[in-house]
Amino acid sequence: FLGAGGGNDIQWCFSQVKGAVDDDVAEADIISTVEFNHSGELLATGDKGGRVVIFQQEQENKIQSHSRGEYNVYSTFQSHEPEFDYLKSLEIEEKINKIRWLPQKNAAQFLLSTNDKTIKLWKISERDKRPEGYNLKEEDGRYRDPTTVTTLRVPVFRPMDLMVEASPRRIFANAHTYHINSISINSDYETYLSADDLRINLWHLEITDRSFNIVDIKPANMEELTEVITAAEFHPNSCNTFVYSSSKGTIRLCDMRASALCDRHSKLFEEPEDPSNRSFFSEIISSISDVKFSHSGRYMMTRDYLSVKIWDLNMENRPVETYQVHEYLRSKLCSLYENDCIFDKFECCWNGSDSIVMTGSYNNFFRMFDRNTKRDVTLEASRENNKPRTVLKPRKVCASGKRKKDEISVDSLDFNKKILHTAWHPKENIIAVATTNNLYIFQDKMN
Amino acid sequence: MFVRGLKRKCFDGEEDIEGTLAGIKAIPSYNLQRQSLLDMSLVKLQLCHMLVEPNLCRSVLIANTVRQIQEEMTQDGTWQMINTQSTGQASLDRLVSTDILCRSSREQAEGKHVPGYSTFSKDFEGNQAQDSSETMSTASSVQAPRNLQSDVWEMENPQENKGNFQKSLDQIFETLENKSPNSVEDLFSEVDNSYYDLDTMLTGMMSNTKMGHCDGLETFSSPTTTPSNSNCKSDLNELDHIVEILVES
Repeated sequence: FLGAGGGNDIQWCFSQVKGAVDDDVAEADIISTVEFNHSGELLATGDKGGRVVIFQQEQENKIQSHSRGEYNVYSTFQSHEPEFDYLKSLEIEEKINKIRWLPQKNAAQFLLSTNDKTIKLWKISERDKRPEGYNLKEEDGRYRDPTTVTTLRVPVFRPMDLMVEASPRRIFANAHTYHINSISINSDYETYLSADDLRINLWHLEITDRSFNIVDIKPANMEELTEVITAAEFHPNSCNTFVYSSSKGTIRLCDMRASALCDRHSKLFEEPEDPSNRSFFSEIISSISDVKFSHSGRYMMTRDYLSVKIWDLNMENRPVETYQVHEYLRSKLCSLYENDCIFDKFECCWNGSDSIVMTGSYNNFFRMFDRNTKRDVTLEASRENNKPRTVLKPRKVCASGKRKKDEISVDSLDFNKKILHTAWHPKENIIAVATTNNLYIFQDKMN
Repeated sequence: MFVRGLKRKCFDGEEDIEGTLAGIKAIPSYNLQRQSLLDMSLVKLQLCHMLVEPNLCRSVLIANTVRQIQEEMTQDGTWQMINTQSTGQASLDRLVSTDILCRSSREQAEGKHVPGYSTFSKDFEGNQAQDSSETMSTASSVQAPRNLQSDVWEMENPQENKGNFQKSLDQIFETLENKSPNSVEDLFSEVDNSYYDLDTMLTGMMSNTKMGHCDGLETFSSPTTTPSNSNCKSDLNELDHIVEILVES
């Protein structure tokens, strides 16, 4: 496993934890998405209460180089509010489903955040100067009597305490009948896609009153519905290519140059079912909860209930690598169906060099798979290890039979403690792992 | 899909009788578990209407599971059992450990013992004595009709049951589409245009069909659908009332 040992094995250390300490979790504080920006300097989280919290990494302390900069709160704002759909008599949740950063073009930062129905483009800008010395206004803003002005002066900028402001620049609404599960920014940095259960729309970042429907899998007769879209993403380099995954375990790659409505896929990725493993739950556990392209664009990774699969875009009939996340749950599927855990949507992510992939599990465990060494490790996000630079101890789940010391038996796992969202810094070995209401930041041990 | 005649090993106190009744007992055991899964799935589909807005992916996956079970039950001819069994208890109380359903067919063939992970163990232990006699009597009562009247049952019921079942699944999706909240009555109330057809009302055909429909639903719905049942009956009373008025005028 990745852990103590020579060579290139990473030793993960606790760095920080954000969020409330008490076990009583306020529903609004449940973290629903985590995302680093393109430089890794900013880390954004969204929660069930519709808020976005952005952390900024402080500049590396050159003198004390035993750790990288810490992440501190940079900006907090209310992105979405609960709404009521009067036509359907249903509430629209304010929960942030996804955040995606735009690459930085100027001093300000931009991100897209979305709930079930509406996508918003937010501008986050810094203000550390303010103008002083107006002719017609006092410092407190009151207007001066013009007759008292005897001389003119040029207002100047004077430094002030740093203020970070978030303002909504665009609101992309009314384009989704079903719940938005994904947003993805195109490599042209001008357009982006949003996907709900049955449709995918293409937007231009500047235009809010119009979007193009590029995928529509809604059957004419809703009674015939057997498959939904679960995730979608643009290719990182090829601006005409995107993929979307389904609840039946398939991934379709589409080329927007082929036709306006991408109803016919260019490629269909599907692994034939293993007949010996067939059960009533086979379809449910094959449903893909997340799809992510590698940074190189050559591979894509999918997450289904029990495994992570790496696909080569040139090979459609099976994945090139498969990693078991928690195979010991296969014999518990009935119970997991009964308590709805089988429908949990786990995400997955690549490290910066595409050599390691990470995903979450239950009991606040998360797993990493090294594609080169074929070794894997299970770690735990818990406040027990919360001394900085404490190396995390690998965990092990005992599937059956005699439980060894330090192992945890399957029946003792806490299925309420699930890690659905994880993120990896684009350049360094820094990871952000979200438990229900806490955000953990781990770094590799530096010597 | 699954190997039949497999001994269940997770319950205590049954090993004495298992040897003699292994053949008969194993079949209802699997069927009972499959029935439990079906009941659980239908309850889940109903429950999802009581939330803010149903999660479409979850609903679709559960509905597909229900269809799979229905198809398998139709294929092996056990679908007619739904009407014959007294299913007043078609609720979570009846759910038993469904670990057999979690086993892959390979494990089943090897007769591998999978540690029982019964979340329903509390209910089951209490009913265990009852259950074994229940399953035995069910087994024997089911065997009889199957053997003697299998052709008749198969001709008469599966299509109708399938129709009723398919109808309720369709209604689930219609309701999901319209996203109308949330009551179970909405889910199972039939929107049938012939209801308002004067001819059918006066000839009394409507009342018969309506009653049959309600019966079909009763057998695999949870106790929470009793309101829908009364809904049917009150609608019928209204119908009679309307017909009376029309006839008199």
